[in-house]
Amino acid sequence: MAMMSDTSEMRTSYTAQTTRRYFVLAVTAGLLLFSFIVDVSTGPGKYPLSTVVETLLNPMAHGVQIKVIIWDYRLPIAVTAVIVGAILAVAGAQMQTILNNPLAEPFTLGVSSAASFGASLAIVLGWSVLPMVGSLVVTLNAFMFALLTCGFILFATRLKGVGSETMILFGIAIFFTFSALLALMQYMASEDQIARIVFWMMGSLGRASWEKIAIGAALLTLAIPFGLMRSWQMTALRMGEATAQSMGVDVARLRIEMLIVVSILAATAVAFVGTVGFIGLVGPHIARMIVGEDQRFFLPLSAMIGALVLSLTSIISKSISPGVIYPIGIITALIGVPVFVSIILSTRHRSLS
Amino acid sequence: MSLKITDLSAGYGRTQVLHNVTADAIKPGQFVGLIGPNASGKSTLFKTLSGLLRPMTGTIHLGDTDLGTLNRRDRARRIAYMPQAFGCNAILTVYESVLLALKQTTGWRVDENNLDRVSQTLTALNLAHLANRSLGNLSGGQAQMVAVAQTLVRNPDIVLLDEPTSALDLHHQLSILSSVRHETKRRGTIVIAALHDLNLAAQFCDRLILIREGRIVADGTADKILTLPEIGQTYRVETALEQTRRGSLYVDATLECVH
Repeated sequence: MAMMSDTSEMRTSYTAQTTRRYFVLAVTAGLLLFSFIVDVSTGPGKYPLSTVVETLLNPMAHGVQIKVIIWDYRLPIAVTAVIVGAILAVAGAQMQTILNNPLAEPFTLGVSSAASFGASLAIVLGWSVLPMVGSLVVTLNAFMFALLTCGFILFATRLKGVGSETMILFGIAIFFTFSALLALMQYMASEDQIARIVFWMMGSLGRASWEKIAIGAALLTLAIPFGLMRSWQMTALRMGEATAQSMGVDVARLRIEMLIVVSILAATAVAFVGTVGFIGLVGPHIARMIVGEDQRFFLPLSAMIGALVLSLTSIISKSISPGVIYPIGIITALIGVPVFVSIILSTRHRSLS
Repeated sequence: MSLKITDLSAGYGRTQVLHNVTADAIKPGQFVGLIGPNASGKSTLFKTLSGLLRPMTGTIHLGDTDLGTLNRRDRARRIAYMPQAFGCNAILTVYESVLLALKQTTGWRVDENNLDRVSQTLTALNLAHLANRSLGNLSGGQAQMVAVAQTLVRNPDIVLLDEPTSALDLHHQLSILSSVRHETKRRGTIVIAALHDLNLAAQFCDRLILIREGRIVADGTADKILTLPEIGQTYRVETALEQTRRGSLYVDATLECVH
């Protein structure tokens, strides 16, 4: 009889844990929605939240002027913050799992420095990877270089056999190569061009547009289900490569598939907003502390927390001094990193909800 | 269903490790001890049986099924292999880690049946008290027992355990082997366990297979195998087999005379 009660006790406690995790997801979604609305309400003209909500639901509720400010100026930035935050966090989460390295994120593989170099090529030499792209040349160059870098890593690890250390080493090599090339471009650039390169690299939501939002949203709606479908395999991978393989997971294939998806996500995010390095680390880390590493909960929560953090950053970037929007890359690093470090230090040992 | 290994050769790259291994049928419920010195090919045999390593020659049959024709997932459903590596830093509870082993071969959704199987397996291996512990907080021995639970929960036809007792104290060595033996006898599961401790092997195994340099040297019951001169030759020790007062076999080993 003791065995019976043990058995049902374990089941009950697991079910309760699952319920708690759904609750955490719901609460985070609520916080994200709230942060999003506050983000839209924040700016040179501060509107009450009720006005914002009404204008979002019915654009003309408070007249043309408010409609234009909210729908044409603030909404693209607020939505971009949410989407790019989610993309960066998903990419970071998946990368940390496939590389078995808690410090991995899109930029560890040198994706960001490659993108910066691509952007600088366009800014300094006016040189474009794809012809006839007009005003999008900087963005597209950044994207193409980020993607080509991922393609190169993919190719190289295929040749060498896919080990985590090999991938990280490739990333470091690529990072230094493109940093050097970027320095070379800066050396050759005029003062005005240097300013543009530096500003591009800082990371800013100011480059938001509805086209970019549509692309980002489409990618997320493909990538999250793609990851969720493989969540049991990804969780098994956290048990170690040998154990996952012995359980029947095709580890090499899983790594390649995930790396392709993550590459496209990372390349897109960095091309859209420049270098925002901190979200890909903080989203997954906070999510891991709250729900552990069952990927069915870890992945969506990472996405939501990444979105939440970037949305909060967007609010802060507009609130520091009225009329000035600071680049988010600076804010995430200045405010986010200390918060992140203190979270890690304070909750290292209470890790499961 | 019996396991039949015929003319199996395998290795890494050009290095051949297993040489034409053929074994008499291993019957359901049989507990086989795989013994032999380090680097004799025990882990390679396990990897080949579980499908992680493609054999160079030979076949592995489970009943009428040629295991070489199964895909990864179906094979993992029939054979559960516990590799030597264990312990990890994943933030998962023991319960979750056993559940995820089960979920590799079942559908995406967690149903009542899954939860029952996990709970029953943990209870059968006396691990119920650890169910909500985080994997990172386990001792080496506890992690090893969880790894064993990860194989049994799948209820496979064959369980391959690579040194399941290496990190365990005496009590837990006996307790894990007797729980595994009890569970697998009940279910009719074939167990092949690589064991370094010949006395444990003698105590728990129905049959011992002695392997040396990738070849099977001897195969039979413990009292037969452990008295063979090949034991001493393979391990490079001098052995004498004694019977303890309680009737179990005891291998008394000393190093060969050092000149």
